[in-house]
Amino acid sequence: MASRDDLGLRRLLGQEMLPLLVAAMAFLAALSIGGALEAQAVSRHWQAGAARSATVLVPNPDQPLPRRDNGPEVTRIDGVLRVLRPNQDLAQVHQLSPDELGRLLGPWLGNATDPRSLRLPGVIALRLERDDVDLVVIGQQVAAIAPGTTTEGHNAWIGRLLTLATSLEACAFAVLGLVGLVAIAVVIAATRAGLAARREAIEIVHGLGAPDTYIAGRFAGRIASSAGFGGLLGTLCAAPVLAGLAVLSAPFLEGAPFALPTRIEDVPPILLAVPVLPLACALIGYLTARLTVGRWLRSLP
Amino acid sequence: MIRLESVGLHYGTASRPGPLVLEDISFSLPAGGFRWLQGPSGAGKSSLMRLLHLELRPSGGQLVVLDNDINVLSRHDLPALRRRIGMVFQDFRLLQHLNAFDNIALPLRLAKAPEKLIAEDVGEMLRWVELTKKASHFPPELSGGEQQRIAIARAVVGRPRLLLADEPTGNLDDTQALRQMRLLGELNRLGTTVVVATHNDSLVERFPNPSLRLEDGRLVQNG
Repeated sequence: MASRDDLGLRRLLGQEMLPLLVAAMAFLAALSIGGALEAQAVSRHWQAGAARSATVLVPNPDQPLPRRDNGPEVTRIDGVLRVLRPNQDLAQVHQLSPDELGRLLGPWLGNATDPRSLRLPGVIALRLERDDVDLVVIGQQVAAIAPGTTTEGHNAWIGRLLTLATSLEACAFAVLGLVGLVAIAVVIAATRAGLAARREAIEIVHGLGAPDTYIAGRFAGRIASSAGFGGLLGTLCAAPVLAGLAVLSAPFLEGAPFALPTRIEDVPPILLAVPVLPLACALIGYLTARLTVGRWLRSLP
Repeated sequence: MIRLESVGLHYGTASRPGPLVLEDISFSLPAGGFRWLQGPSGAGKSSLMRLLHLELRPSGGQLVVLDNDINVLSRHDLPALRRRIGMVFQDFRLLQHLNAFDNIALPLRLAKAPEKLIAEDVGEMLRWVELTKKASHFPPELSGGEQQRIAIARAVVGRPRLLLADEPTGNLDDTQALRQMRLLGELNRLGTTVVVATHNDSLVERFPNPSLRLEDGRLVQNG
């Protein structure tokens, strides 16, 4: 097929607003994707953290347990700790010190109040080895040792967190979908304008025996490169904003220090999404233009 | 070959047809034949040429072009058939953003010819129409006659099986007109079927060949 710009699309579509409009769409899409992925990452991290932790509250922690076989006197909280520490399902068993309790309750009681002066239950923070550890069994074991002891998982908190994260993701993807639809509308408008401006050239080339696929392909290729360029521009503009988002969310993603990923699975999704965006813009442009031109060409004999 | 049987044509749509521009046209033209197409303005010559160029489909009757029945041919098959037809338009229909060379090369590029062959063939055509020095000129930089010669070169460069020419010498001086008609004659001698629509009676007299004559959309003379 002809290798030159026989339809004169380079000059026609190169100067149009299409790249700028697509750049704006890509910018919004990048922010939506970034927001969705960040929300997803933060919620996953919190969920994982919360799902693997539990709290045991021991009322009257310093009260002695009934002696067994003339053994040494053991307080209720020590008795509970003796049950918990050997448990293989628990990665960490940590009794909160009075200072730690004071820091926890500070926002409610004020710093002037010494928690030691209050009758507070003993608090043991548990870090679970796995997600599926049965807290009911553990709760029954500790309650048998020190009646009144309660074991709390964080299911309600996880549930609310999940709802919030899912809602945020849904909003972000709705925005992304809307941006995609607007981008398609913009491409259709640009393609139709191009068809109107190049009608004569198209009719001549069509009359010389160019198949619909050739003409549609020419338009689609040109629109795709414009849209891809716009997508790249928008993505580059969004990059500093996304980097800022990543910095802001970093404190919520405490964990391993930063290291260059060596496997594709380890690359943060946000980094994968960014280079895909210009390609997605080009693909949307290509397919939309191709369909639009193909449909228009059916009006020719 | 070309065959028309009771062909009618009206513009507009099937549900809202316009007036008939061609009515009950029947003739046949064997492969390698030559016909003048004559008639007063508005007789339907251009419409008949557009039918033969597959720009229009007949509203009725049977149209066979290069042994293909247009009524049964799918839209998908038309481009390949069009590439076997050369057409010289009355208004040239050159692409304004392409230079003379690329305008002539267009049918060859659409047929996926190699660039080396394109350079040779287009160069030869430019020499024939005496526009080698204007190969890089764009249509707005060429006179009407020069544009017409480029249009003729584009129509014949692919050595079409059927050549349709609508007033191909209308903008040419006598010398150029005769030269271009000799080109069409040479192509016809090599086996191309040629139909030339013209008002120029002297040209018809110089190149005696059978004529088709249209009046008010009807064929009134064949032979």
